[in-house]
Amino acid sequence: MTNRRNNITEKIGFGILTLCLIVVVLIIVVIFTNIIINGHSAISWDFITKAPTDGMTKGGIMPAIIGTFFVTVITAIFSIPLGMGCAIYLNEYATQNMFTRLIRISIRNLAGVPSIVYGLFGVMLFVEFMHLGTCILASGLTLSLMTLPMMITASEEALKNIPMSFREGSLALGATKWQAIRTNVLPYAIPGMLTGTILGLSRAAGETAPILFTGVAFYLPYLPKGLFDQFMALPYHLYIMATQHHDITLVRPLAYGTAMVLIVLVFMMNLGAIILRYRLRKNRKE
Amino acid sequence: MEKNIIIKTKNFNFYYGDVKALTDVNIKIEKNSVTGIIGPSGCGKSTFLRSLNLMNNLILSARYEGQIIIDGEDILHKDIDVVALRRRVGMVFQKSNPFPKTVFENVAYGLKINGITNRDFIDQKIEESLKGAALWEEVKDRLNVSAFDLSGGQQQRLCIARALAVEPEILLMDEPASALDPTATLKIEELIQELKKKYTIIIVTHNMQQAARVSDYTAFFMMGKLVEYNKTNIMFTNPENKITEDYITGRFG
Repeated sequence: MTNRRNNITEKIGFGILTLCLIVVVLIIVVIFTNIIINGHSAISWDFITKAPTDGMTKGGIMPAIIGTFFVTVITAIFSIPLGMGCAIYLNEYATQNMFTRLIRISIRNLAGVPSIVYGLFGVMLFVEFMHLGTCILASGLTLSLMTLPMMITASEEALKNIPMSFREGSLALGATKWQAIRTNVLPYAIPGMLTGTILGLSRAAGETAPILFTGVAFYLPYLPKGLFDQFMALPYHLYIMATQHHDITLVRPLAYGTAMVLIVLVFMMNLGAIILRYRLRKNRKE
Repeated sequence: MEKNIIIKTKNFNFYYGDVKALTDVNIKIEKNSVTGIIGPSGCGKSTFLRSLNLMNNLILSARYEGQIIIDGEDILHKDIDVVALRRRVGMVFQKSNPFPKTVFENVAYGLKINGITNRDFIDQKIEESLKGAALWEEVKDRLNVSAFDLSGGQQQRLCIARALAVEPEILLMDEPASALDPTATLKIEELIQELKKKYTIIIVTHNMQQAARVSDYTAFFMMGKLVEYNKTNIMFTNPENKITEDYITGRFG
């Protein structure tokens, strides 16, 4: 009797979980189909290689692609070393006490701070206080701040997954702490650290709020030539096309096309992370 | 015997936070001997072993007092070079812990972190260490396979070879055979007999027969205290202490 009841409970539980999965997958499928159906007509070689023309009702989005690419590169340059370094310190060197626990909790909470708050903070610190002005550097730095918590948390998890015996084994052979970390912890933690890092970067690439006040421009007739130039970016371009343009219905296909390009870009970054992780994992002999 | 003493502890006490794990341990360990450490779970035998290469320093709440003198030098002194100490006092862990590298890289690891790059020297040292750990014949043709492709017993001997490569004087073994089958255990035990010609070996074991088989001296720990310490044949035939006798004869533990 109980056996029968267990079987039924099992089936109901399994059914509910399957339903959750179906709902999530369905949502993603709907979003993608919607974007592809509405945006595919806008996609052409000219669309990704030409600048917008005629009050942004024609032409392409090349400057926005370039801008998003470079602001992401700047973000990576600042956030990757800082994030990984911080994670290594927290997990390997810091003593575990009230203070470090407080730091860790703060970092986790920072990951949940709305991106507009980072945008405002970026204006205050980089644009105003440091006199960088609104430019691609200020935006990159603001995005770095925003992604850091996520990178630190993901990198620390990756380090935690490395068995203690790897560290003990090398220390027992007379390795210094840094030698043990460098030769016997990091090589195996890097794939995991990179995954978190690239996920953080792909999120940064798609953010609008942090770059809104710090450096992105609605339309520029030229490409950024240096760190102190303003730039165009895909998410902001999309925001303009979808909400601020004087003829929204006319440019709707262009907006969908931009969304498609942005999604493909982010998707490619994530794919890159997966391939990189796979290749690095192969170096580990198991 | 006094001048042959390589390790000597004086009133060594050890604490994990507020918990006292070892109380007034006084022991003298002879060079080129095998000392077996036995005792029930939680008696402090592993703590004692890991104190000898300061491995316990990785535990934040660890505190200790007293003296541990190795080669005339008090290793508990704050100026001690921990890295140099661990090169002299090698360790083999309970669960074999080969690194996820090739067999070759595992044994070469200790040499490389010491800055040795001479390829011929490394090759020669690896052969020597693997022979020393009675593993050479089994792996000489597959030095470039992953250490994880070896059997459990081979992995543990690989860990021994890895420890030997940095030429320690003392080899600490924390239940090195507890996860191995009887054949692999026997191989390790034979190896220990061979190794003591060159090294001083201290081995923690749960297995009384193993202590009786491999060790020259046996130390019996109980509740953080060194209850009895004597030549193995005396300890196992005529223990001084009633409690030692009870433990050895399997009345508890």
